[in-house]
Amino acid sequence: MDIKTRVIEIIAEQAMIDQSDVTMEATLEDLGIDSLGLVESIFAIEEAFDIQVPFNANEPTESDFDISSVASIVAGIEKLVAEQKS
Amino acid sequence: MKRVVITGAGTINALGHSVPETLEAFREGRCGIGPLEFRDVERLAINIGGQIKGFEAEGLFNRQQMSLYDRFTQFTLIAAREAIAQAGLEFIGELAAKSGVVLGNSGGGMTTLDENYRHVYEDGKNRVHPFVVPKLMNNAAASHVSMEFNLKGPSFTVASACASSNHAMAQAFQMVRTGMAPVMVTGGSESMLCFGGVKAWEGLRVMSKDACRPFSMNRNGMVQGEGAGIFVFEDYDHAKKRGAEILAEVIGFAMSSDASDIVMPSKQGAARAIAGAIKDAGVNASDVGYINAHGTGTAANDKTECAAVADALGPHADKVMISSTKSMHGHLIGGTGAVELLACIMALRDGIIAPTIGYEEPDPECALDVVPNEAREAKVDVALSNAFAFGGLNAVLALRAV
Repeated sequence: MDIKTRVIEIIAEQAMIDQSDVTMEATLEDLGIDSLGLVESIFAIEEAFDIQVPFNANEPTESDFDISSVASIVAGIEKLVAEQKS
Repeated sequence: MKRVVITGAGTINALGHSVPETLEAFREGRCGIGPLEFRDVERLAINIGGQIKGFEAEGLFNRQQMSLYDRFTQFTLIAAREAIAQAGLEFIGELAAKSGVVLGNSGGGMTTLDENYRHVYEDGKNRVHPFVVPKLMNNAAASHVSMEFNLKGPSFTVASACASSNHAMAQAFQMVRTGMAPVMVTGGSESMLCFGGVKAWEGLRVMSKDACRPFSMNRNGMVQGEGAGIFVFEDYDHAKKRGAEILAEVIGFAMSSDASDIVMPSKQGAARAIAGAIKDAGVNASDVGYINAHGTGTAANDKTECAAVADALGPHADKVMISSTKSMHGHLIGGTGAVELLACIMALRDGIIAPTIGYEEPDPECALDVVPNEAREAKVDVALSNAFAFGGLNAVLALRAV
């Protein structure tokens, strides 16, 4: 399974919606995921890919990890997987 | 209704092993936060905390006590010894029968849990020490205080996360105020600074890796602390009759529940508790000179708390001094309100306001007088101590100079 499919699966499960309803342009807010849901999603992503995601809930925009849309999250994880698995 | 006064105070925390040492650190704006030291700390992403250093339990407790006292109980007893010695009370006869101990605590014996899980899960042992349960139960500290000082009245432990101590002290206050008990030993303690304790907090991603900077624009989270704060709450007439030194008077409290979110604070819930404490104390908002803030240094708490203070105090919010001493001793979770009450006593009795250290940049959403970086001399008649817990449980105490 590719990274994008797996991330969509995780986000859909967190938002309790169908995977087909997770569009790449959507923000987590659009999908109904709040701050607690975000922290839980990041945990699920770390577990799924065995990576460390740099994220502090107090300064979500400060970290290199861009959470502004599903697309940016997928891109960020692809980068982290490449860095941390090489 | 009885008047309730504080006739004894004790503490141990990252700033000092006694009240005088802690107040000196408050006056100097000293930071007690530093590198954590315990097993497996290198496996944590968060490596700082307000850890008590230079503390040796050997010699303070005998062998049997050591086998029964988790760190949070040890801290509690050290603080209780200081508080009760200052009050100069001996609990015998009817005084002993009626006086009790109500303490706040959230995690119980986390170090004991951590060590024993290691034995059975990591080391594969099939046997644990027989006292694991009485050591880790979170009423252990209150029970040992009652045993050491012969307190035979109402005694129990209150758990409401970060508001535990304030809820406990509010309960003790109410017991003395209504005449149910002439004296109550109260306050709280916490010791979560072990691998499992910090690892659990790390998961929420609200911890700072470098410092606790409440109200500062560049704040990036909370820092955990540990320790205890213990007080003797006494019926004013009882204290007066025996000529006890009075540190401050407790004049009111209020509790509220946000009933909204398990971790995100609510302005309305906090404001209701602040306004409620002022009303219960029978004073006006304009009488409040100092507020010891909950001030955790997280993005969410600090702006919500400032909005709640502005809401509850109205225009007077622009004049009140509000500081967070968590910047110095860290967040003691269930024990935090107790250690922070010392800053209220210092303001009322000594006329010195403890600062919010680590303050670097103003935040328009926290535009109050947060007493940045340096202690200040000021005459204060009424002080409030805020505590707003995870779970949306709030408790605010009101104190007056005597």
